[in-house]
Amino acid sequence: MKMLKKTWPFHVMLLPAMIFLFLFSYLPMGGIVMAFQDYKPWEGISGSAWVGLDNFRYLFERDDSVQVIWNTLVIAVAKMIFNLLVPFVFAILLNEIRQVGLQRSIQTLVYLPHFLSWVILGGILVDLLAPAGLLNRVLGEFGINPILFLGDNNWFRFTVIVSDVWKEFGYNTIIFLAALATINPSLYEAAEMDGATRFKQTLHITIPSLIPITIVVGTLALGNVLNAGFDQIFNLYNPLVYETGDIIDTFVYRTAILNGEMGFGTAIGLFKSVISMVLILISYRLAYKWAGYRIF
Amino acid sequence: MYHKSKSYRVFNVVNTIFLIILSILCIVPLIHVLAVSFSSKAAADANIVSLIPIDFSLEAYKKTINNPAFLRSIMIAVARTVVGTLITLVITFLAAYPLSKENSAFRSRTVYSWIFVFSMVFNGGLVPFYEVIQSLHLMNTFWVLVLPSAVNTFLVILMLNFFRGIPKELEEASLMDGAGHFRTLFSVYLPISLPSIATISLFSMVFHWNSWFDGLLYINNAKDFPLATFLQTIIIQRDMSSMSMNPQEMELISQTTVKAAQIFIGAAPILIVYPFLQKYFVKGMTVGSVKG
Repeated sequence: MKMLKKTWPFHVMLLPAMIFLFLFSYLPMGGIVMAFQDYKPWEGISGSAWVGLDNFRYLFERDDSVQVIWNTLVIAVAKMIFNLLVPFVFAILLNEIRQVGLQRSIQTLVYLPHFLSWVILGGILVDLLAPAGLLNRVLGEFGINPILFLGDNNWFRFTVIVSDVWKEFGYNTIIFLAALATINPSLYEAAEMDGATRFKQTLHITIPSLIPITIVVGTLALGNVLNAGFDQIFNLYNPLVYETGDIIDTFVYRTAILNGEMGFGTAIGLFKSVISMVLILISYRLAYKWAGYRIF
Repeated sequence: MYHKSKSYRVFNVVNTIFLIILSILCIVPLIHVLAVSFSSKAAADANIVSLIPIDFSLEAYKKTINNPAFLRSIMIAVARTVVGTLITLVITFLAAYPLSKENSAFRSRTVYSWIFVFSMVFNGGLVPFYEVIQSLHLMNTFWVLVLPSAVNTFLVILMLNFFRGIPKELEEASLMDGAGHFRTLFSVYLPISLPSIATISLFSMVFHWNSWFDGLLYINNAKDFPLATFLQTIIIQRDMSSMSMNPQEMELISQTTVKAAQIFIGAAPILIVYPFLQKYFVKGMTVGSVKG
Protein backbone atom coordinates (compact mmCIF):
# COMPACT_ATOMS: atom_id res chain seq x y z
CA MET A 1 0.00 0.00 0.00
CA LYS A 2 2.83 2.34 0.88
CA MET A 3 4.43 1.29 -2.39
CA LEU A 4 1.31 2.23 -4.35
CA LYS A 5 1.31 5.66 -2.77
CA LYS A 6 4.71 6.28 -4.30
CA THR A 7 4.20 4.55 -7.61
CA TRP A 8 0.68 5.57 -8.62
CA PRO A 9 1.96 8.05 -11.24
CA PHE A 10 3.72 5.14 -12.94
CA HIS A 11 0.52 3.16 -13.20
CA VAL A 12 -1.34 6.17 -14.56
CA MET A 13 1.37 6.73 -17.16
CA LEU A 14 1.10 3.13 -18.31
CA LEU A 15 -2.69 3.21 -18.44
CA PRO A 16 -3.12 4.48 -22.03
CA ALA A 17 -0.68 1.89 -23.38
CA MET A 18 -2.41 -0.84 -21.38
CA ILE A 19 -5.83 0.12 -22.71
CA PHE A 20 -4.61 -0.02 -26.31
CA LEU A 21 -2.72 -3.27 -25.75
CA PHE A 22 -5.82 -4.78 -24.20
CA LEU A 23 -8.11 -3.69 -27.03
CA PHE A 24 -5.90 -4.45 -30.00
CA SER A 25 -3.62 -7.21 -28.79
CA TYR A 26 -5.19 -9.16 -25.95
CA LEU A 27 -8.85 -8.91 -26.97
CA PRO A 28 -8.12 -10.49 -30.39
CA MET A 29 -6.42 -13.37 -28.59
CA GLY A 30 -9.84 -14.22 -27.16
CA GLY A 31 -11.11 -14.59 -30.72
CA ILE A 32 -8.81 -17.59 -31.12
CA VAL A 33 -11.69 -19.80 -29.98
CA MET A 34 -13.02 -19.32 -33.53
CA ALA A 35 -10.35 -21.77 -34.62
CA PHE A 36 -12.32 -24.49 -32.80
CA GLN A 37 -15.66 -23.47 -34.26
CA ASP A 38 -17.52 -23.59 -37.50
CA TYR A 39 -17.66 -19.83 -37.22
CA LYS A 40 -20.57 -17.95 -38.76
CA PRO A 41 -20.26 -14.16 -38.53
CA TRP A 42 -24.02 -13.71 -38.10
CA GLU A 43 -24.12 -16.26 -35.26
CA GLY A 44 -21.16 -14.81 -33.41
CA ILE A 45 -18.79 -16.73 -31.17
CA SER A 46 -21.52 -17.74 -28.71
CA GLY A 47 -23.85 -19.02 -31.41
CA SER A 48 -21.44 -20.86 -33.70
CA ALA A 49 -21.08 -24.62 -33.45
CA TRP A 50 -18.00 -26.17 -31.84
CA VAL A 51 -16.05 -28.51 -34.09
CA GLY A 52 -13.06 -29.37 -31.92
CA LEU A 53 -9.91 -29.87 -33.95
CA ASP A 54 -11.68 -30.26 -37.30
CA ASN A 55 -10.26 -27.02 -38.70
CA PHE A 56 -6.73 -28.18 -37.91
CA ARG A 57 -7.34 -31.63 -39.38
CA TYR A 58 -8.71 -29.94 -42.47
CA LEU A 59 -5.58 -27.76 -42.56
CA PHE A 60 -3.31 -30.76 -43.05
CA GLU A 61 -5.69 -32.59 -45.39
CA ARG A 62 -6.14 -29.78 -47.88
CA ASP A 63 -3.51 -29.84 -50.62
CA ASP A 64 -3.48 -26.08 -50.95
CA SER A 65 -2.78 -25.36 -47.29
CA VAL A 66 0.08 -27.88 -47.12
CA GLN A 67 1.53 -26.31 -50.26
CA VAL A 68 1.16 -22.86 -48.69
CA ILE A 69 3.03 -23.89 -45.54
CA TRP A 70 5.81 -25.33 -47.70
CA ASN A 71 6.00 -22.14 -49.81
CA THR A 72 6.18 -20.06 -46.66
CA LEU A 73 9.05 -22.12 -45.27
CA VAL A 74 11.05 -22.09 -48.51
CA ILE A 75 10.70 -18.35 -49.08
CA ALA A 76 11.24 -17.39 -45.43
CA VAL A 77 14.30 -19.59 -44.94
CA ALA A 78 15.90 -18.40 -48.17
CA LYS A 79 15.30 -14.79 -47.12
CA MET A 80 16.78 -15.46 -43.68
CA ILE A 81 19.95 -16.93 -45.16
CA PHE A 82 20.53 -14.28 -47.81
CA ASN A 83 19.50 -11.40 -45.57
CA LEU A 84 22.25 -12.49 -43.21
CA LEU A 85 24.91 -13.42 -45.77
CA VAL A 86 24.67 -10.45 -48.13
CA PRO A 87 24.82 -7.73 -45.44
CA PHE A 88 27.69 -9.60 -43.77
CA VAL A 89 29.79 -9.58 -46.95
CA PHE A 90 28.66 -6.09 -47.93
CA ALA A 91 29.66 -4.65 -44.54
CA ILE A 92 33.15 -6.13 -44.84
CA LEU A 93 33.60 -4.80 -48.37
CA LEU A 94 32.23 -1.38 -47.44
CA ASN A 95 34.58 -1.26 -44.48
CA GLU A 96 37.51 -1.49 -46.89
CA ILE A 97 36.58 1.81 -48.49
CA ARG A 98 38.67 4.35 -46.65
CA GLN A 99 37.29 7.57 -48.18
CA VAL A 100 34.70 8.60 -45.60
CA GLY A 101 32.66 10.70 -48.03
CA LEU A 102 32.33 7.88 -50.54
CA GLN A 103 31.47 5.40 -47.82
CA ARG A 104 28.71 7.68 -46.53
CA SER A 105 27.27 8.22 -50.00
CA ILE A 106 27.11 4.49 -50.67
CA GLN A 107 25.41 3.94 -47.33
CA THR A 108 22.83 6.64 -48.01
CA LEU A 109 21.85 5.03 -51.30
CA VAL A 110 21.65 1.44 -50.04
CA TYR A 111 19.57 2.27 -46.95
CA LEU A 112 16.89 4.03 -48.96
CA PRO A 113 14.77 1.16 -50.38
CA HIS A 114 14.06 -0.05 -46.83
CA PHE A 115 11.92 3.03 -46.20
CA LEU A 116 9.77 2.71 -49.30
CA SER A 117 6.67 0.58 -48.95
CA TRP A 118 6.02 -2.55 -50.95
CA VAL A 119 3.11 -0.74 -52.60
CA ILE A 120 5.51 1.78 -54.13
CA LEU A 121 8.17 -0.83 -54.87
CA GLY A 122 5.55 -3.29 -56.11
CA GLY A 123 4.27 -0.68 -58.55
CA ILE A 124 7.81 -0.04 -59.74
CA LEU A 125 8.82 -3.70 -59.96
CA VAL A 126 5.70 -4.79 -61.85
CA ASP A 127 6.62 -2.25 -64.52
CA LEU A 128 10.37 -2.92 -64.38
CA LEU A 129 10.05 -6.72 -64.58
CA ALA A 130 7.31 -6.87 -67.20
CA PRO A 131 8.06 -8.78 -70.43
CA ALA A 132 8.69 -5.44 -72.16
CA GLY A 133 10.05 -3.75 -69.04
CA LEU A 134 13.43 -2.19 -68.53
CA LEU A 135 15.15 -5.28 -67.13
CA ASN A 136 14.03 -7.53 -69.97
CA ARG A 137 15.11 -4.87 -72.48
CA VAL A 138 18.58 -4.86 -70.92
CA LEU A 139 18.67 -8.68 -70.93
CA GLY A 140 17.54 -8.58 -74.57
CA GLU A 141 20.70 -6.68 -75.42
CA PHE A 142 22.58 -9.79 -74.32
CA GLY A 143 20.35 -11.99 -76.47
CA ILE A 144 18.26 -13.34 -73.58
CA ASN A 145 14.58 -13.97 -74.25
CA PRO A 146 12.10 -12.06 -72.08
CA ILE A 147 11.62 -13.69 -68.67
CA LEU A 148 8.27 -13.63 -66.88
CA PHE A 149 9.68 -12.78 -63.47
CA LEU A 150 6.30 -12.31 -61.84
CA GLY A 151 4.14 -14.61 -63.92
CA ASP A 152 6.11 -17.83 -63.95
CA ASN A 153 6.11 -20.33 -61.10
CA ASN A 154 9.77 -21.16 -61.69
CA TRP A 155 10.83 -17.53 -61.44
CA PHE A 156 8.47 -16.06 -58.86
CA ARG A 157 10.24 -17.23 -55.70
CA PHE A 158 13.58 -16.20 -57.11
CA THR A 159 12.20 -12.74 -57.86
CA VAL A 160 10.65 -12.43 -54.41
CA ILE A 161 13.84 -13.44 -52.62
CA VAL A 162 16.16 -11.30 -54.72
CA SER A 163 13.93 -8.22 -54.51
CA ASP A 164 13.62 -8.59 -50.74
CA VAL A 165 17.38 -8.87 -50.34
CA TRP A 166 17.74 -5.87 -52.64
CA LYS A 167 15.35 -3.84 -50.47
CA GLU A 168 16.78 -4.81 -47.10
CA PHE A 169 20.49 -5.57 -47.44
CA GLY A 170 21.57 -1.97 -46.89
CA TYR A 171 19.49 -1.55 -43.78
CA ASN A 172 20.59 -4.91 -42.42
CA THR A 173 24.20 -3.85 -42.91
CA ILE A 174 23.95 -1.14 -40.25
CA ILE A 175 24.26 -3.57 -37.39
CA PHE A 176 27.41 -5.16 -38.85
CA LEU A 177 28.96 -1.77 -39.51
CA ALA A 178 28.30 -0.84 -35.89
CA ALA A 179 30.11 -4.00 -34.80
CA LEU A 180 33.02 -3.30 -37.17
CA ALA A 181 33.42 0.16 -35.68
CA THR A 182 34.10 -1.34 -32.27
CA ILE A 183 37.08 -3.44 -33.38
CA ASN A 184 40.26 -2.26 -31.69
CA PRO A 185 42.57 -0.79 -34.41
CA SER A 186 45.65 -2.00 -32.56
CA LEU A 187 44.69 -5.54 -33.56
CA TYR A 188 45.20 -4.60 -37.22
CA GLU A 189 48.42 -2.76 -36.44
CA ALA A 190 49.82 -5.77 -34.64
CA ALA A 191 48.81 -8.05 -37.49
CA GLU A 192 50.45 -5.73 -39.97
CA MET A 193 53.69 -5.78 -37.99
CA ASP A 194 53.59 -9.53 -38.23
CA GLY A 195 53.27 -9.21 -42.00
CA ALA A 196 49.65 -10.25 -42.42
CA THR A 197 48.09 -9.20 -45.71
CA ARG A 198 44.77 -7.37 -45.72
CA PHE A 199 43.07 -10.60 -46.73
CA LYS A 200 44.65 -12.44 -43.82
CA GLN A 201 43.61 -9.64 -41.47
CA THR A 202 40.02 -9.90 -42.70
CA LEU A 203 40.10 -13.64 -42.21
CA HIS A 204 41.61 -13.61 -38.73
CA ILE A 205 40.40 -10.32 -37.23
CA THR A 206 37.40 -8.87 -39.06
CA ILE A 207 35.35 -12.02 -39.63
CA PRO A 208 35.85 -13.50 -36.14
CA SER A 209 34.84 -10.23 -34.52
CA LEU A 210 31.60 -10.20 -36.53
CA ILE A 211 30.64 -13.70 -35.45
CA PRO A 212 28.87 -12.79 -32.15
CA ILE A 213 26.56 -10.24 -33.77
CA THR A 214 25.95 -12.61 -36.68
CA ILE A 215 24.82 -15.25 -34.21
CA VAL A 216 22.47 -12.79 -32.51
CA VAL A 217 20.93 -11.59 -35.77
CA GLY A 218 20.69 -15.11 -37.14
CA THR A 219 19.15 -16.48 -33.96
CA LEU A 220 16.60 -13.71 -33.67
CA ALA A 221 15.61 -14.23 -37.32
CA LEU A 222 14.53 -17.75 -36.36
CA GLY A 223 11.24 -16.39 -35.06
CA ASN A 224 10.39 -15.32 -38.60
CA VAL A 225 10.47 -18.77 -40.10
CA LEU A 226 6.75 -18.52 -40.92
CA ASN A 227 6.93 -14.87 -41.95
CA ALA A 228 7.64 -14.83 -45.64
CA GLY A 229 6.59 -11.19 -46.02
CA PHE A 230 2.90 -10.49 -46.55
CA ASP A 231 3.32 -6.95 -47.91
CA GLN A 232 5.77 -8.02 -50.56
CA ILE A 233 3.99 -11.13 -51.78
CA PHE A 234 0.56 -9.48 -51.75
CA ASN A 235 1.80 -6.64 -53.92
CA LEU A 236 3.71 -8.82 -56.37
CA TYR A 237 1.73 -12.00 -56.85
CA ASN A 238 -1.19 -12.93 -59.07
CA PRO A 239 -3.23 -16.12 -59.58
CA LEU A 240 -0.64 -17.42 -62.08
CA VAL A 241 1.92 -17.94 -59.32
CA TYR A 242 -0.22 -19.02 -56.36
CA GLU A 243 1.34 -22.47 -56.66
CA THR A 244 4.81 -21.35 -55.59
CA GLY A 245 4.15 -17.89 -54.21
CA ASP A 246 1.12 -18.17 -51.96
CA ILE A 247 2.17 -17.95 -48.29
CA ILE A 248 0.28 -18.44 -45.02
CA ASP A 249 -0.58 -14.77 -44.57
CA THR A 250 -1.87 -14.22 -48.10
CA PHE A 251 -3.74 -17.53 -47.91
CA VAL A 252 -5.44 -16.50 -44.66
CA TYR A 253 -6.53 -13.24 -46.25
CA ARG A 254 -8.02 -15.00 -49.25
CA THR A 255 -9.69 -17.92 -47.46
CA ALA A 256 -10.95 -16.06 -44.40
CA ILE A 257 -11.65 -12.50 -45.49
CA LEU A 258 -12.48 -13.01 -49.17
CA ASN A 259 -14.06 -16.50 -49.04
CA GLY A 260 -15.52 -16.24 -45.54
CA GLU A 261 -13.94 -19.42 -44.12
CA MET A 262 -13.39 -17.65 -40.82
CA GLY A 263 -12.87 -20.66 -38.53
CA PHE A 264 -10.40 -22.24 -40.92
CA GLY A 265 -8.54 -18.94 -41.40
CA THR A 266 -8.27 -18.48 -37.63
CA ALA A 267 -6.91 -22.02 -37.29
CA ILE A 268 -4.08 -21.38 -39.78
CA GLY A 269 -3.39 -18.06 -38.12
CA LEU A 270 -3.19 -19.77 -34.74
CA PHE A 271 -0.95 -22.49 -36.13
CA LYS A 272 1.39 -19.78 -37.35
CA SER A 273 1.25 -17.68 -34.16
CA VAL A 274 1.96 -20.61 -31.85
CA ILE A 275 4.92 -21.89 -33.84
CA SER A 276 6.29 -18.36 -34.22
CA MET A 277 5.94 -17.66 -30.52
CA VAL A 278 7.74 -20.85 -29.53
CA LEU A 279 10.54 -20.08 -31.99
CA ILE A 280 10.84 -16.48 -30.83
CA LEU A 281 11.02 -17.49 -27.18
CA ILE A 282 13.67 -20.12 -27.97
CA SER A 283 15.66 -17.69 -30.07
CA TYR A 284 15.57 -14.93 -27.43
CA ARG A 285 16.68 -17.49 -24.87
CA LEU A 286 19.59 -18.58 -27.07
CA ALA A 287 20.55 -15.01 -27.96
CA TYR A 288 20.69 -14.23 -24.24
CA LYS A 289 22.72 -17.32 -23.49
CA TRP A 290 25.21 -16.91 -26.33
CA ALA A 291 25.57 -13.17 -26.53
CA GLY A 292 23.91 -11.63 -23.50
CA TYR A 293 21.21 -10.05 -25.67
CA ARG A 294 18.17 -8.66 -23.83
CA ILE A 295 15.22 -6.73 -25.16
CA PHE A 296 13.95 -4.95 -22.07
CA MET B 1 52.35 -2.50 -45.61
CA TYR B 2 49.16 -3.94 -47.01
CA HIS B 3 47.77 -0.75 -48.53
CA LYS B 4 50.88 -0.40 -50.62
CA SER B 5 50.87 -3.90 -52.05
CA LYS B 6 49.84 -4.15 -55.66
CA SER B 7 47.18 -6.81 -55.16
CA TYR B 8 45.52 -4.76 -52.45
CA ARG B 9 45.40 -1.70 -54.71
CA VAL B 10 43.79 -3.77 -57.45
CA PHE B 11 41.26 -5.15 -54.96
CA ASN B 12 40.53 -1.66 -53.73
CA VAL B 13 39.72 -0.34 -57.20
CA VAL B 14 37.55 -3.35 -58.09
CA ASN B 15 35.81 -3.21 -54.73
CA THR B 16 35.08 0.49 -54.99
CA ILE B 17 33.63 0.16 -58.49
CA PHE B 18 31.56 -2.85 -57.44
CA LEU B 19 30.07 -1.08 -54.43
CA ILE B 20 29.31 2.06 -56.39
CA ILE B 21 27.42 0.00 -58.99
CA LEU B 22 25.59 -1.86 -56.22
CA SER B 23 24.52 1.34 -54.51
CA ILE B 24 23.32 2.86 -57.78
CA LEU B 25 21.26 -0.30 -58.38
CA CYS B 26 19.37 0.57 -55.20
CA ILE B 27 17.95 3.73 -56.72
CA VAL B 28 17.81 2.88 -60.44
CA PRO B 29 14.18 1.67 -60.19
CA LEU B 30 13.19 4.97 -58.65
CA ILE B 31 15.00 6.95 -61.34
CA HIS B 32 13.26 4.87 -63.99
CA VAL B 33 9.84 5.69 -62.56
CA LEU B 34 10.76 9.35 -62.38
CA ALA B 35 11.86 9.25 -66.03
CA VAL B 36 8.63 7.56 -67.14
CA SER B 37 6.54 10.06 -65.20
CA PHE B 38 8.16 12.96 -67.07
CA SER B 39 7.96 11.32 -70.49
CA SER B 40 5.26 11.66 -73.10
CA LYS B 41 2.47 9.10 -73.15
CA ALA B 42 3.61 7.77 -76.52
CA ALA B 43 7.18 7.18 -75.38
CA ALA B 44 6.06 5.46 -72.18
CA ASP B 45 3.59 3.21 -73.98
CA ALA B 46 6.26 2.23 -76.50
CA ASN B 47 8.51 1.11 -73.61
CA ILE B 48 11.51 3.09 -74.77
CA VAL B 49 12.13 5.16 -71.62
CA SER B 50 15.03 4.04 -69.46
CA LEU B 51 16.59 6.52 -67.08
CA ILE B 52 16.12 9.82 -68.90
CA PRO B 53 12.68 11.23 -69.81
CA ILE B 54 11.82 11.08 -73.51
CA ASP B 55 9.77 14.00 -74.93
CA PHE B 56 9.72 15.74 -71.56
CA SER B 57 6.18 16.41 -70.42
CA LEU B 58 4.42 17.48 -67.25
CA GLU B 59 1.11 16.11 -68.49
CA ALA B 60 1.08 13.16 -66.06
CA TYR B 61 1.54 15.39 -63.03
CA LYS B 62 -1.15 17.79 -64.26
CA LYS B 63 -3.60 14.93 -64.61
CA THR B 64 -2.66 13.54 -61.21
CA ILE B 65 -3.09 16.87 -59.47
CA ASN B 66 -6.42 17.41 -61.19
CA ASN B 67 -7.76 14.09 -59.95
CA PRO B 68 -9.89 14.90 -56.88
CA ALA B 69 -9.87 11.27 -55.66
CA PHE B 70 -6.08 11.33 -55.57
CA LEU B 71 -5.95 14.63 -53.72
CA ARG B 72 -8.50 13.44 -51.21
CA SER B 73 -6.46 10.31 -50.49
CA ILE B 74 -3.41 12.50 -49.89
CA MET B 75 -5.37 14.58 -47.39
CA ILE B 76 -6.47 11.45 -45.55
CA ALA B 77 -2.91 10.10 -45.53
CA VAL B 78 -1.60 13.39 -44.12
CA ALA B 79 -4.31 13.51 -41.45
CA ARG B 80 -3.61 9.91 -40.55
CA THR B 81 0.14 10.48 -40.35
CA VAL B 82 -0.20 13.57 -38.14
CA VAL B 83 -2.86 12.22 -35.78
CA GLY B 84 -1.37 8.73 -35.63
CA THR B 85 2.11 10.02 -34.89
CA LEU B 86 0.84 12.32 -32.14
CA ILE B 87 -1.08 9.54 -30.43
CA THR B 88 1.84 7.12 -30.65
CA LEU B 89 4.20 9.77 -29.36
CA VAL B 90 2.16 10.58 -26.25
CA ILE B 91 1.58 6.94 -25.37
CA THR B 92 5.21 5.95 -25.97
CA PHE B 93 6.59 8.87 -24.00
CA LEU B 94 4.31 8.20 -21.02
CA ALA B 95 4.85 4.44 -20.97
CA ALA B 96 8.63 4.51 -21.39
CA TYR B 97 9.24 6.59 -18.28
CA PRO B 98 7.98 4.12 -15.66
CA LEU B 99 9.39 1.19 -17.61
CA SER B 100 12.84 2.75 -17.51
CA LYS B 101 12.86 2.66 -13.72
CA GLU B 102 14.76 0.09 -11.70
CA ASN B 103 12.80 -2.86 -10.38
CA SER B 104 13.47 -1.66 -6.85
CA ALA B 105 11.79 1.68 -7.54
CA PHE B 106 8.84 0.25 -9.45
CA ARG B 107 8.16 -3.36 -8.62
CA SER B 108 5.25 -3.84 -11.05
CA ARG B 109 7.65 -3.07 -13.90
CA THR B 110 8.23 -6.79 -14.48
CA VAL B 111 4.52 -7.47 -14.96
CA TYR B 112 4.11 -4.54 -17.34
CA SER B 113 7.20 -5.57 -19.32
CA TRP B 114 5.75 -9.03 -19.76
CA ILE B 115 2.46 -7.61 -20.99
CA PHE B 116 4.40 -5.66 -23.64
CA VAL B 117 6.71 -8.51 -24.61
CA PHE B 118 3.93 -11.06 -24.87
CA SER B 119 2.00 -8.77 -27.21
CA MET B 120 5.11 -8.67 -29.35
CA VAL B 121 5.61 -12.43 -29.66
CA PHE B 122 2.03 -13.67 -29.82
CA ASN B 123 -1.12 -12.43 -31.51
CA GLY B 124 -4.56 -13.68 -32.38
CA GLY B 125 -4.01 -13.48 -36.10
CA LEU B 126 -5.85 -11.64 -38.81
CA VAL B 127 -9.37 -13.04 -38.41
CA PRO B 128 -9.89 -12.44 -34.66
CA PHE B 129 -8.35 -8.99 -35.09
CA TYR B 130 -10.81 -8.23 -37.86
CA GLU B 131 -13.68 -9.35 -35.65
CA VAL B 132 -12.52 -7.09 -32.80
CA ILE B 133 -12.34 -4.11 -35.15
CA GLN B 134 -15.89 -4.87 -36.22
CA SER B 135 -17.26 -5.29 -32.72
CA LEU B 136 -15.62 -2.01 -31.62
CA HIS B 137 -17.48 -0.32 -34.51
CA LEU B 138 -14.27 0.98 -35.97
CA MET B 139 -15.02 -0.24 -39.50
CA ASN B 140 -15.15 2.57 -42.04
CA THR B 141 -13.93 5.20 -39.59
CA PHE B 142 -10.81 7.32 -39.65
CA TRP B 143 -9.86 5.96 -36.22
CA VAL B 144 -9.27 2.45 -37.51
CA LEU B 145 -6.19 3.84 -39.24
CA VAL B 146 -4.60 5.31 -36.12
CA LEU B 147 -5.81 3.52 -32.99
CA PRO B 148 -4.82 -0.14 -33.50
CA SER B 149 -1.18 0.79 -34.15
CA ALA B 150 -1.00 3.36 -31.35
CA VAL B 151 1.26 1.22 -29.15
CA ASN B 152 4.45 0.05 -30.76
CA THR B 153 6.59 -1.92 -28.34
CA PHE B 154 9.72 -1.38 -30.41
CA LEU B 155 9.35 2.40 -30.08
CA VAL B 156 8.68 2.07 -26.35
CA ILE B 157 11.92 0.13 -25.97
CA LEU B 158 13.77 2.78 -27.99
CA MET B 159 12.45 5.52 -25.73
CA LEU B 160 13.08 3.71 -22.46
CA ASN B 161 16.65 2.97 -23.47
CA PHE B 162 17.10 6.67 -24.05
CA PHE B 163 15.61 7.49 -20.65
CA ARG B 164 18.03 5.08 -19.02
CA GLY B 165 20.89 7.10 -20.44
CA ILE B 166 19.73 10.24 -18.61
CA PRO B 167 21.69 10.78 -15.38
CA LYS B 168 19.72 9.73 -12.31
CA GLU B 169 20.74 12.88 -10.47
CA LEU B 170 18.43 14.94 -12.68
CA GLU B 171 15.40 13.00 -11.56
CA GLU B 172 16.52 12.92 -7.93
CA ALA B 173 17.07 16.67 -7.86
CA SER B 174 13.66 17.26 -9.39
CA LEU B 175 11.89 14.97 -6.92
CA MET B 176 13.84 16.57 -4.09
CA ASP B 177 12.53 19.97 -5.15
CA GLY B 178 9.06 18.63 -4.63
CA ALA B 179 8.08 17.90 -8.22
CA GLY B 180 6.03 14.75 -8.82
CA HIS B 181 6.82 12.20 -11.50
CA PHE B 182 4.53 13.87 -14.04
CA ARG B 183 6.17 17.22 -13.46
CA THR B 184 9.61 15.61 -13.72
CA LEU B 185 8.67 13.86 -16.94
CA PHE B 186 7.31 16.95 -18.65
CA SER B 187 9.60 19.65 -17.26
CA VAL B 188 12.90 17.80 -16.96
CA TYR B 189 12.80 14.81 -19.30
CA LEU B 190 10.79 16.28 -22.16
CA PRO B 191 13.21 19.07 -23.13
CA ILE B 192 16.24 16.79 -23.19
CA SER B 193 14.40 13.99 -25.00
CA LEU B 194 13.78 15.96 -28.17
CA PRO B 195 16.28 13.97 -30.29
CA SER B 196 14.65 10.66 -29.39
CA ILE B 197 11.18 12.16 -29.80
CA ALA B 198 12.27 13.16 -33.30
CA THR B 199 13.46 9.60 -33.92
CA ILE B 200 10.19 8.08 -32.79
CA SER B 201 8.15 10.60 -34.76
CA LEU B 202 10.05 9.84 -37.93
CA PHE B 203 9.66 6.08 -37.54
CA SER B 204 5.98 6.54 -36.81
CA MET B 205 5.48 8.93 -39.74
CA VAL B 206 7.10 6.53 -42.18
CA PHE B 207 4.94 3.72 -40.82
CA HIS B 208 1.70 5.66 -41.21
CA TRP B 209 2.52 7.04 -44.62
CA ASN B 210 3.38 3.58 -45.92
CA SER B 211 0.50 1.64 -44.33
CA TRP B 212 -2.05 0.38 -46.82
CA PHE B 213 -3.44 -2.96 -45.69
CA ASP B 214 -5.59 -1.61 -42.86
CA GLY B 215 -7.28 0.78 -45.29
CA LEU B 216 -7.99 -2.05 -47.70
CA LEU B 217 -9.31 -4.30 -44.96
CA TYR B 218 -11.33 -1.98 -42.75
CA ILE B 219 -12.53 0.71 -45.12
CA ASN B 220 -15.07 -0.29 -47.73
CA ASN B 221 -15.55 3.02 -49.46
CA ALA B 222 -12.67 3.80 -51.81
CA LYS B 223 -13.33 7.51 -51.31
CA ASP B 224 -12.00 7.22 -47.76
CA PHE B 225 -8.76 5.37 -48.60
CA PRO B 226 -5.48 6.90 -47.47
CA LEU B 227 -2.98 7.41 -50.30
CA ALA B 228 -1.08 4.14 -49.82
CA THR B 229 -4.28 2.09 -50.04
CA PHE B 230 -5.51 4.16 -52.97
CA LEU B 231 -2.23 3.51 -54.80
CA GLN B 232 -2.40 -0.17 -53.94
CA THR B 233 -5.82 -0.54 -55.54
CA ILE B 234 -5.15 1.46 -58.69
CA ILE B 235 -1.56 0.46 -59.33
CA ILE B 236 -1.25 -3.06 -58.02
CA GLN B 237 -4.74 -4.53 -58.19
CA ARG B 238 -5.81 -2.71 -61.34
CA ASP B 239 -9.27 -3.85 -60.41
CA MET B 240 -11.66 -0.97 -60.78
CA SER B 241 -14.80 -2.82 -59.81
CA SER B 242 -14.62 -1.49 -56.28
CA MET B 243 -13.71 2.00 -57.26
CA SER B 244 -17.05 3.07 -58.72
CA MET B 245 -15.44 5.22 -61.36
CA ASN B 246 -16.53 6.14 -64.83
CA PRO B 247 -14.51 4.85 -67.80
CA GLN B 248 -12.87 8.22 -68.43
CA GLU B 249 -11.53 8.34 -64.91
CA MET B 250 -10.30 4.77 -65.22
CA GLU B 251 -8.49 5.56 -68.45
CA LEU B 252 -7.01 8.59 -66.77
CA ILE B 253 -5.42 6.81 -63.86
CA SER B 254 -4.38 3.62 -65.61
CA GLN B 255 -2.12 5.46 -68.03
CA THR B 256 1.54 4.44 -67.67
CA THR B 257 2.91 7.94 -67.18
CA VAL B 258 0.17 8.91 -64.73
CA LYS B 259 0.81 5.73 -62.76
CA ALA B 260 4.50 6.57 -62.60
CA ALA B 261 3.71 10.09 -61.43
CA GLN B 262 1.43 8.73 -58.73
CA ILE B 263 4.06 6.25 -57.56
CA PHE B 264 6.60 9.01 -57.38
CA ILE B 265 4.29 11.35 -55.48
CA GLY B 266 3.58 8.46 -53.07
CA ALA B 267 7.30 8.04 -52.45
CA ALA B 268 8.12 11.76 -52.33
CA PRO B 269 7.42 12.43 -48.61
CA ILE B 270 9.68 9.53 -47.67
CA LEU B 271 12.41 10.89 -49.92
CA ILE B 272 11.96 14.30 -48.27
CA VAL B 273 12.17 13.10 -44.64
CA TYR B 274 14.87 10.56 -45.48
CA PRO B 275 17.85 12.92 -44.97
CA PHE B 276 16.52 13.83 -41.50
CA LEU B 277 15.64 10.26 -40.77
CA GLN B 278 19.09 9.02 -41.67
CA LYS B 279 20.72 10.86 -38.79
CA TYR B 280 18.59 8.94 -36.33
CA PHE B 281 17.76 5.49 -37.56
CA VAL B 282 21.27 4.12 -37.29
CA LYS B 283 21.05 4.80 -33.58
CA GLY B 284 17.55 3.40 -33.45
CA MET B 285 18.54 0.23 -35.21
CA THR B 286 21.53 -0.52 -33.02
CA VAL B 287 19.92 0.41 -29.70
CA GLY B 288 19.02 -2.73 -27.85
CA SER B 289 20.87 -4.98 -30.23
CA VAL B 290 24.56 -4.34 -29.75
CA LYS B 291 25.19 -3.48 -26.17
CA GLY B 292 28.60 -2.35 -24.98
